[in-house]
Amino acid sequence: MTSRRPLNLALVASLSLALAACSATGPVKSSKDSKAPVADAKAVETSTGSPYPSTYKPAPSTPTLIRGATVLVGNGKRLDNADVLIRDGLIAAVGTQIEAPSDARIVEGQGKWVTPGLIDVHSHLGVYPSPGVDAHSDGNEATAPSTAQVWSEHSIWPQDPGFEAALEGGITTLHVLPGSANLFGGRSVTVKNISAVTYQSMKFPDAPHGLKMACGENPKRVYGNRRQMPSTRMGNVAGWRAQWIEAQEYARDWKQYETRKAAGVKDLRPPKRDLRLETLAAVLRGEILVQHHCYRADEMAIVIDMSREFGYRVSAFHHATEAYKISNLLAENNICAAVWADWWGFKMESYDAIPENMILVDAAPGGCAVVHSDSAEGIQRLNQEAAKGMARARRMGLDITPEHAITWLTQNAARVIGLDSKIGTLEVGKMGDVVVWNGNPFSVYALTEKIYVDGALRFDRAAPRAQPESDFLLGQPAYEGVIR
Amino acid sequence: MNILNRTLISLFIAGSLQHGALADDAAAVMSGSTLLVRNATVYTMTRDATAPLKGTDVFVQDGRIAAIGQNLTAPTGTTVIDAKGRALTPGVFGGLGHIGLEEIGIEQTTGDYAQRLGQMRPEFDVTLAYNPESMTVGVNLANGITFTLLTPASASGGSLVAGLGAPTGLDGSAPLPARVMFVDLGGDANDLSGGSRAAQFMLLRQAIVEARAPNLVMVHDERLLSPSGRQVLLEFLKGDGVFVFDVDRAADIRNTIKFAREEKLNAVIRGGAEAWRVADELAAARIPVIVDPLHNLPDSFDEVGSTLQNAAKLRAAGVTVAISLGDTDVDDAGKTRQAAGNAVAHGMPWMDALASITRTPAEIFGAADRFGSIERGRPADLVLWSGDPLEVSSLPDLVVAGGKTQKLESRHTALRDRHYERVKSGAAR
Repeated sequence: MTSRRPLNLALVASLSLALAACSATGPVKSSKDSKAPVADAKAVETSTGSPYPSTYKPAPSTPTLIRGATVLVGNGKRLDNADVLIRDGLIAAVGTQIEAPSDARIVEGQGKWVTPGLIDVHSHLGVYPSPGVDAHSDGNEATAPSTAQVWSEHSIWPQDPGFEAALEGGITTLHVLPGSANLFGGRSVTVKNISAVTYQSMKFPDAPHGLKMACGENPKRVYGNRRQMPSTRMGNVAGWRAQWIEAQEYARDWKQYETRKAAGVKDLRPPKRDLRLETLAAVLRGEILVQHHCYRADEMAIVIDMSREFGYRVSAFHHATEAYKISNLLAENNICAAVWADWWGFKMESYDAIPENMILVDAAPGGCAVVHSDSAEGIQRLNQEAAKGMARARRMGLDITPEHAITWLTQNAARVIGLDSKIGTLEVGKMGDVVVWNGNPFSVYALTEKIYVDGALRFDRAAPRAQPESDFLLGQPAYEGVIR
Repeated sequence: MNILNRTLISLFIAGSLQHGALADDAAAVMSGSTLLVRNATVYTMTRDATAPLKGTDVFVQDGRIAAIGQNLTAPTGTTVIDAKGRALTPGVFGGLGHIGLEEIGIEQTTGDYAQRLGQMRPEFDVTLAYNPESMTVGVNLANGITFTLLTPASASGGSLVAGLGAPTGLDGSAPLPARVMFVDLGGDANDLSGGSRAAQFMLLRQAIVEARAPNLVMVHDERLLSPSGRQVLLEFLKGDGVFVFDVDRAADIRNTIKFAREEKLNAVIRGGAEAWRVADELAAARIPVIVDPLHNLPDSFDEVGSTLQNAAKLRAAGVTVAISLGDTDVDDAGKTRQAAGNAVAHGMPWMDALASITRTPAEIFGAADRFGSIERGRPADLVLWSGDPLEVSSLPDLVVAGGKTQKLESRHTALRDRHYERVKSGAAR
């Protein structure tokens, strides 16, 4: 028995063997001021460019026309008996009576539902891969409270079998973050969910990095147990602020250097590079998006004040189990809440988590609800998590339609990771990331039938793979017979 | 805001008792509190039931199912609920876990599910820690979970024999007598068996030898068990106690089958990630398996053969299957229905899946007279669902547990109602 919730619970390695299975490796495996839209963030990764560039190339594809399906566009609209044409890897047309190009493959969509590829904004696939052996504990650089210099992408093991399991659940894009042991956990990265040998060939081209930050219990427990700062919530805040002050100075030095250089000043020495401050300075310049792990409403409000103090913005609070208590504040500050459907009670800061969290976030004018997983199991069925929220809404007398709920897994999620101009909806010109479901995706019985990434068919339930995609599972006697 | 769908519940003054419909129960219907659920699709989940009873009424009197039939009438004063064809099932099993044994997963002062005495203590009875007033009880009950198996854990600093547990209703009643013993096997218990799974069976055999030979002369330091531990284990070996082995790898499951046969144990496999690979052997040994149908990743080298089709394959081979999430946290209990629905999506027959979260676990753990089916004479344990009982989009419209109608409000709904008002007025800040 292992925990499906390693990133939060396994912080308490000593508590039980049930937890120890996933925590034996160390202390942690757990679980707007500027009104600039997030999508303006640039994929400028370092002061010297992008040294670990994406090598992702869309797979070759033939034009595909899905005909006569129920289409959830991802932007709140629904089209019945509609067609979707994917050509040259992009959404080419959505509507009715779309003519099929002569070379198009036709998918009859009667009775099927079509959605954009789902996006999980909070995953640790690859950095806490299966199997969860000690040697695979690569998600938390829990050696100092600020490790903004580490990049989750340098921990990703592309052979994690969790990727193909997530694909089968409709996930075409995921944001992989460092864990939450540290105040500043490091940079997070967006990847396309394709089978690959190197992470660079999964890395989403021109996507902004994220910065993982963490509130509350985790950092103060990890470092407090070592008699080190932070051991309290006030220590957390002081720890963040001290780093931002350093980052401001660093950004100023570099800006001064660039200005002088541009003015033609000779014999200039650039300031000494510091990987940690390089990340934080990029946040202050709006090039990296803050993804802040934070449960309690009161702590989120402190973080919002801090973002004003230092002039950056928070893209989303993650987990945000008390977001429903400050829905209006979050909406006014243009901050999304990426939440679970029904995780509660596993730590004090999740004691007030309620299954209507996503509904109350959504109910505020301008509210931005996102359903996330933080789990190798949950990422396989984000649609079911949203369906749980829809059921709770009905009980409150609110009618959440499928076309609205899908935005929590698509358009809103794309916004959180700064990619809403490229993915998240089935609008012409967007990437051809498309899922064909055998029915209403908000049913427990719904299964994906066909999944396209940039127009290329990546999964087809009617033509199962002969072998697992993960090298780890390949040739394993115990796995024989699992592939249908 | 009161969100309980009160329109569903109305007091209905019926005429006199209809003769025939209640047959010999008629006399018993004359007094006490009464409830009539009318026009439901009743999933009795009795062994012979292969399909639901449509357009059927269920009459509850004095906490027991007094009648199941069509066009029943009830005495004056009966609470009548028009189900309008909705599904009525037995209350759902919350799985093996820590409901009422922990309040906050990682706060040690609120977690009582494991002992860390550094000794094998089979007599560790976790049911003594059960708190029926825990928030974790009420929230789950309001979600249609009416019973669970109080389950001790094997903790670092404890023993691979986790101790004793028992089924309990979530209606505030006391747990049943502790007749289930939990044993953790495999790689994740290696630190409790000197570093090797081979030593796990060695230790279990030694414990059994000690229990069966109470007069065996041993110096204290050689003993695994305390006198009371020997006594409890001996009672289990003689009686009808159930041993739950938490084990995943096919080879370990084979060893467990053999061990149970040799020691004549009533064994149950819990976890069983690779159980489908030894399904025929499990069926032949009549060993039930408690699976997590959401589990399909090789979390460890014990689980390389994990698949979403585990439950379906086991069932097809004739193995008795119950469902519990692999995790034991209090919020996982609410996911057993979702897990059953996913088992159906991956090949398990629908009625089997519903049985695996109602009758089957009640039978495996000796509580079938209290939970898991709707039968005349049994205590009323019922849930009326807003839709398909295995759908994530369905919620309970009525919960009856321990013979009493339970409230659908909980600490969760109280938080919801308080803060929804603030959101509506723009004050959630």
